Amino acid sequence: MAVDTQAPSRGFIGASYRTCPETGLKVCSQAEALIKVNAVVAVVFLAVGGFFGLMVALTRWPAVHLLPADWFYLLLTAHGADVLLFWVIFFEVAVLYFASAIILNCRLAAPKFAWLAFVLMVVGAVLANVAVLQGESSVMFTSYVPMQAAPHFYLGLIVFAVGTLIAVFCFFGTLVIAKEEGSYEGSVPLVTFGAITAAIIAVFTIASGAIILIPTFLWSIGYISHIDPLMYKVIWWGMGHASQQINVSAQVAIWYAVAAMLLGAKPLSEKVSRMAFLMYILFLQLASAHHLLVEPGVSSEWKIFNTSYALYLAVLGSMIHGMSIPGAMEAAQRRNGFNNGIFEWLRKAPWSNPAFSGTMLSIVIFGFLGGISGVVMGTEQLNLIMHNTLYVPGHFHATVVGGTTLAFMAVSYLLVPLIFRKEIMFKKIAQWQPYVFGAGVAGISLFMMGAGTLGVARRHWDMGFSDAAMSFDYPATAFLMMGLNGIAALCAALGGLMYVLVIVCSVFFGKARTPESIAAFPTLPKTGGAATVTTYGSEAHPKLPGTVVLVSVFFVAFVLYYYVNWKYLSEVWPLS
Amino acid sequence: MAIFPPQNRLWWKEPLSGIEITWIGVAFVWGLVMFGTMVGWHFVGKQNLSNETYRINPNAFGEKVEAMVERYQVREEGDTGIPVVHPAPGTDIYMLGRLWEWYPVLELEKDQKYRLHLSSMDWQHGFSLQPQNINLQVHPGYEMVLTITPDKSGEYAVVCNEFCGIGHHTMVGKIHVIDNK
Ligand code: HEM
Ligand SMILES: [Cu+2]
Ligand SMILES: [Cu+2]
Repeated sequence: MAVDTQAPSRGFIGASYRTCPETGLKVCSQAEALIKVNAVVAVVFLAVGGFFGLMVALTRWPAVHLLPADWFYLLLTAHGADVLLFWVIFFEVAVLYFASAIILNCRLAAPKFAWLAFVLMVVGAVLANVAVLQGESSVMFTSYVPMQAAPHFYLGLIVFAVGTLIAVFCFFGTLVIAKEEGSYEGSVPLVTFGAITAAIIAVFTIASGAIILIPTFLWSIGYISHIDPLMYKVIWWGMGHASQQINVSAQVAIWYAVAAMLLGAKPLSEKVSRMAFLMYILFLQLASAHHLLVEPGVSSEWKIFNTSYALYLAVLGSMIHGMSIPGAMEAAQRRNGFNNGIFEWLRKAPWSNPAFSGTMLSIVIFGFLGGISGVVMGTEQLNLIMHNTLYVPGHFHATVVGGTTLAFMAVSYLLVPLIFRKEIMFKKIAQWQPYVFGAGVAGISLFMMGAGTLGVARRHWDMGFSDAAMSFDYPATAFLMMGLNGIAALCAALGGLMYVLVIVCSVFFGKARTPESIAAFPTLPKTGGAATVTTYGSEAHPKLPGTVVLVSVFFVAFVLYYYVNWKYLSEVWPLS
Repeated sequence: MAIFPPQNRLWWKEPLSGIEITWIGVAFVWGLVMFGTMVGWHFVGKQNLSNETYRINPNAFGEKVEAMVERYQVREEGDTGIPVVHPAPGTDIYMLGRLWEWYPVLELEKDQKYRLHLSSMDWQHGFSLQPQNINLQVHPGYEMVLTITPDKSGEYAVVCNEFCGIGHHTMVGKIHVIDNK
């Protein structure tokens, strides 16, 4: 491994590289710079959007009821857009560049376009935020018609989407260059494969977004007189749902990457893991139906086909990853010598390394809380007792915050030393961060699901209905749930703050990594990282009793919870 | 190592491990069971949505609602000025959502069937019947029709659970279910 961090060597076609002293990978400096800026902007949006989320949660805490109604709806709109769109997608672009240029040892395709993409995304995101904060666009980030936002709200989203599309094409271009220039041997690594999945879905997603947002923009400036509200929803969720599959693909790719880098884990079978990624592409495109299960004018046949064929086979993909990754970890740990009993491999895992603990918590919260609740809610009839209640945000905070966001946080602890080449500062805070954030997020997910089960509406300023002509009292437990939700939100916000603090300080004020510090505190432990390069490939097939126990617990929980909800459903008024 | 190319470039020709095959089998069968449960509920379950929907002009819907109010009004709800209607069991009943009320208040008899028509005059609204927790989406321009059989008497609230602007949280309606005499 060459230790030459200072003087970048000039590659052909003017691209310059350095060699990573820790992994031996060749690092394209354009790719590196773009990963940095996209990641930094992502973190800024997480900080801003997370703060809005806290304000929203404190308003929904009945005893606190922080904001007035107009500010509540305004900040709720900004929260959804800033975290779900801007934080997640900026970070995903960084992941795409990492999974192509860095992992494949290649230069980034068309760096000028990648910069253009970045600028467009920033401009679009800022424009949408300005529109929302001006107060004329409190329409929620889903912006269902016929409620209308200011034109520059839609324009901001469109410009952002165009930027993202360009970034995705730079990713594909890089893959082509890598292949042509032979920068890697054989098939692409699994992590890159996962990123390709994400990128393919992204193209589809952005196309749906354009199909619906462009006419909506024209409608907002008066060029089109009418947009059908049902058609809007069908197409909007073609984007909105499929884009969640981008998040899942990116997050699963990160799970594999962290398991590989920290434990030296290799997939049990490359075939199974790759097929599971392909299932996301094949079966998710149509699955907008589970957002439309109680909508007028949508037939039962379409709903059932769409939620089962399209959804369950994609769920199957996630269930496969959910077993394969712990399985790969167990196999690697047993090889590393932790072979006693059923769970020694898990007990002796590097729990004090935030990259590892964040990844594990992400897997658990995503699978147990987010996955199970998502399938239940996406069942044609069960949706009747959940649609638009707080159950829905409860579910997706488990997936997109506990799953995706936590996975992105975890991988940041590897990106900062490897890409930014800075030491992580405040190591103790970093060590606790995934636990604090994970506990808070698990809390807000569970308490919002609980309140939703009791009927509390989402996107609602006043569950006490104090200004309403006719009133209704939710059960006292529902109020308790929302109080606990507020406390959990404080915990999640603290965890988010710890993350931002550690990452921002490390990036801007951290000590540069030197060959000495790398030798003393390697980012990739001996058991992982480059040490196993020579023996990569599929795992031989050992016994994995720990994983069998874990997936069995998961499966039993899934089946029980699913049928408990059918029991709830059977108790409501007969409908036909 | 998932971050390096696979040793065996023909990754799709690899053998599967026993534990993976078992899990895939279990998960796949579970998917079929869940599919069967959804389909089966249409035959044995009592809670299914009808697929009956019509396109309708909001004003035309408003007229149908008014006709019902004129025919069946029995009183006003408290001092709200909103009419309470007591339609004949087995008939078509209507509720409309508009900024920011559910109109009118319905009085129904327990264990009787009604054909409930829902639509919106302006934006989307969410029909959330509490404490039953039955939730339906209400669109302008679409008239959704479903048959309901209230099987417990009492006072029920209709909370709006689709965000519909600044008065959204004040949008609450009522349905009374009374024991038949
Ligand atoms: C400190 C962390 C966070 C807290 C305390 C928090 C809390 C909340 C609360 C209380 C709601 C409102 C539920 C309602 O009234 O309908 C909400 C909505 C939402 N949150 Fe978060 N959240 C956090 C982080 C995130 C993150 C990181 C994401 C995405 C990656 C996210 C995505 C969303 C979305 C998409 C909505 C729905 C907005 C809408 O209904 O239009 N949240 N959040
Ligand atoms: Cu409403
Ligand atoms: Cu509303």
